[in-house]
Amino acid sequence: MYIVDRRLNPGGKSLGNRQRFMRRAKALIRKAVHESSGERSIKDADSAGEVKLPVHGVHEPSFRRSRQGGTREYVLPGNKEYNEGDTIARPPSGGGRGGSEGSPDGDGQDEFRFALSQDEFVDLFLEDLELPDLAKRKVTDAESVSWHRAGYSVSGSPANLAVNRTVRNSLSRRIALKRPKAEEIAALEAEIALLEESQDDPEQLTALQEKLARAKRRTGIIPYIDPVDVRYRRFESRPKPIAQAVMFCLMDVSGSMTEHMKDLAKRFFVLLYIFLRRKYKHVEIVFIRHTHQAQEVDENTFFHSPETGGTVVSTALDEMIRILSERYRPEDWNIYAAQASDGDNTSSDNDRTAALLTSDILPVCQYYAYLEVGREGEHFPPGFARRHSDLWQTYSGIVASGAPMAMRKVNHRRDIFPVFRELFGRKGATAEPAEA
Amino acid sequence: MMDTKLFDGAEWTFATIQRAHDACEQIARDELGLDVYPNQIEVISAEQMLDAYSSIGMPLFYKHWSFGKHFARNEALYRAGMQGLAYEIVINSNPCISYIMEENTATMQTLVIAHAAFGHNHFFKNNYLFKQWTDADGILDYLEFAKTFIQRCEERYGEQAVEALLDAAHALMSHGVHRYPRRRPTDLRMEEKRERERREHDEQTFNDLWRTVPKGPAAKEDNRAEERRRALLQLPQENVLYFLEKSAPRLAPWQREVLRVVRQIAQYFYPQGQTKVMNEGCATYTHYRIMTRLHEKGLISDGAWMEFLHSHTNVVFQPEYDDQRFSGINPYALGFAMMDDIARIVREPTEEDRTWFPDIAGTGDEMAVLRDVWANYRDESFILQFLSPKLIRQLRIFDVLDDANEPEMRVTAIHDERGYKRIQRALARQYDVAWTTPDIQVIDVNLAGDRRLILHHRALNRVLLDEGDARHVLQHLADLWGYDVLMKEIDPATDAVLKEHAASPRGTILSKDPV
Repeated sequence: MYIVDRRLNPGGKSLGNRQRFMRRAKALIRKAVHESSGERSIKDADSAGEVKLPVHGVHEPSFRRSRQGGTREYVLPGNKEYNEGDTIARPPSGGGRGGSEGSPDGDGQDEFRFALSQDEFVDLFLEDLELPDLAKRKVTDAESVSWHRAGYSVSGSPANLAVNRTVRNSLSRRIALKRPKAEEIAALEAEIALLEESQDDPEQLTALQEKLARAKRRTGIIPYIDPVDVRYRRFESRPKPIAQAVMFCLMDVSGSMTEHMKDLAKRFFVLLYIFLRRKYKHVEIVFIRHTHQAQEVDENTFFHSPETGGTVVSTALDEMIRILSERYRPEDWNIYAAQASDGDNTSSDNDRTAALLTSDILPVCQYYAYLEVGREGEHFPPGFARRHSDLWQTYSGIVASGAPMAMRKVNHRRDIFPVFRELFGRKGATAEPAEA
Repeated sequence: MMDTKLFDGAEWTFATIQRAHDACEQIARDELGLDVYPNQIEVISAEQMLDAYSSIGMPLFYKHWSFGKHFARNEALYRAGMQGLAYEIVINSNPCISYIMEENTATMQTLVIAHAAFGHNHFFKNNYLFKQWTDADGILDYLEFAKTFIQRCEERYGEQAVEALLDAAHALMSHGVHRYPRRRPTDLRMEEKRERERREHDEQTFNDLWRTVPKGPAAKEDNRAEERRRALLQLPQENVLYFLEKSAPRLAPWQREVLRVVRQIAQYFYPQGQTKVMNEGCATYTHYRIMTRLHEKGLISDGAWMEFLHSHTNVVFQPEYDDQRFSGINPYALGFAMMDDIARIVREPTEEDRTWFPDIAGTGDEMAVLRDVWANYRDESFILQFLSPKLIRQLRIFDVLDDANEPEMRVTAIHDERGYKRIQRALARQYDVAWTTPDIQVIDVNLAGDRRLILHHRALNRVLLDEGDARHVLQHLADLWGYDVLMKEIDPATDAVLKEHAASPRGTILSKDPV
């Protein structure tokens, strides 16, 4: 008989199977993730969690006998009241005695739950997406260099002298080589002085004098600090990618924007945030709401506080330019902007909006996404000539000129994810405006 | 009487396990007369137990997403506290590998060793089904081969291609077993001898008169050709995977080998499905006997004995049909009850037992009878033969007939004089292979024409196949076959076609160009 202790064997034997399963269930998981993302606040949107999958999606079929029809026989234990020939009403299907028929693998589960790690979650969520125009723009390619401490070196500039380390080295060397200490020499000298005065013991005096001379010679040979002790703090240069991004959320909050429209906009912003988080270490969000005037607000106010007024889009752009110049230098930050609006604008403002975008904002932005949100019930049959909104018309001209900008129309929350994927899909980063 | 206990308290060490094993072995060999493979006991953690669960209990297995799914599912249930883990897993191999969990107490480890390392082990080594269908010496090597082979295929042909193939093969796994041993081809010497005997017989019985007897109309030529063709393809064939492996026109050699791997593994598990009651009954009865003797000999303390009894009664608990917890007949309960009942019949038979079981009643040596039973029966024949009237009364078993054409279900037999035989037959039938797995056969294929494959499902009791699943499996079958597939569901009583399913290949497994 052998006893083998397998507990120390490497775990994770099923990892390969799990990965295969994930790949298999990817479409389902993506859908489940997508559905769960709407309810969370923007900053929690990418935290991981349990995902529920419908069981049929990962079903393993086999030839098995159906649960209904034909003649069946049940042999059961625990008879209490029945006699031969008694009749029993059939229990409602799916319950009661019907379960006694041996099911081959104990199935009957309705949902299949399992937990995803955050990485798995976000990977699935955002696969096939990429940031548009990352390589095209010189500003983001320019990598600055950052210096990091990397131990000690024996050479370097005096400014980087590591005093503690140097003295520590010197101390150990002095102890090892038995360099006389200053106190020892002082003690010797004092003793000699005493003997010289008293003249008692000339032999002892000569011995001490010799000893002192030896000690002084030794002190001279063995330096207090030797070049071998000296250490400098060493620095290493590492290229620093611009690992921070700022995301501007611009939204029209005038009376014409309904809750439904705001909800659509929020979903879009959430997706953009998750997406940027994936790519950049540090992402900041700036919320700018506008009516006929614009102001920077926090998330809660942004989405929930009602406001009345006209609609002047250029005020939001002005505000964005102001914040950019104050806090986010284009050299240090990747700048993304997403604007949500129902498309209304004061018609006299359109030219100014276009001018601000083309001259000030688009040159420093990585990407500018415009989302036109519509009412839920809006349906336009194909071929129906739909009047484009003011903003739509204005922006169409800009997009046509090849700027890093994209625009889409969305009416229903189920369209958000497809639209997002379209905007950031791997192919065709500069998308043309399309009919919603 | 020995005064030293095997262990004290719940803690155990490897020395404890060794002592427990030796004590169990002595009882199993000398007192129960069991014949076992050498044991290999492996201590594993909970996570490893989950691993083992997901790859159908085997220590090494090829990779497939479905195992990942089972792992995720079991893990979720286990973490939520909705499902405990088995105390052990035992593998039919030589040496016989038993996995025991590190969390078990010393008593549980002893119980597990008695149950798995002796009970199951004896059954694996001696039962005729396992002897006939499984190769305990070679299974671990074969699994190693299968794992490496499938890994190589993945490297060479891509994970997707292998996955699609395995999906299809798994769907047909339940119909990838030979249910009867095949005829071995005779060797030349036998052939010659038979030929000679035939000739001699012809010579002895020669009568010139036969020449004058008028002949009937000659048998139809094409009919004979038809039969010959079907014989060449070994049709009808119930092992669908075997048929595909040997005869599917467009599979690549590696694909045939993968089908073979899946088929071999299905065949290896084939006896287990037919001997659940007996296997668990044998193991449970063995552990009960061994633990009782250990306690009698004073090798385990009263406390350990109580702990054992608690666990044992949980295992052999049979809820009644109207109980919330009822989910079919518990094979442990039925198996143990029947083994115990046989022992009673052998030792202290009543008049009734003497009439029902004249061969074994009162013979006195229950282990000899049980060993013979364990070697020569499977669940179906075992229940048909040994379910005693006393046990039927004790469990108050009754039989309900549910005919879809009748408005209500009818009780056809209860535990009375007229019902015993019927209940025996009805319960035995439920453990028949034909009852658990639908009877599906490849009937015909026209290789010269459109190559359409025709299968029949002989619908026992007119219970049809689950339609959604059948469609999926048939789709897989068509993908493997490469041409259209038609399945007819047939009422065996009247040969009437009840339903038809058809599928056309999607080209997910076979490349567009014929290989």
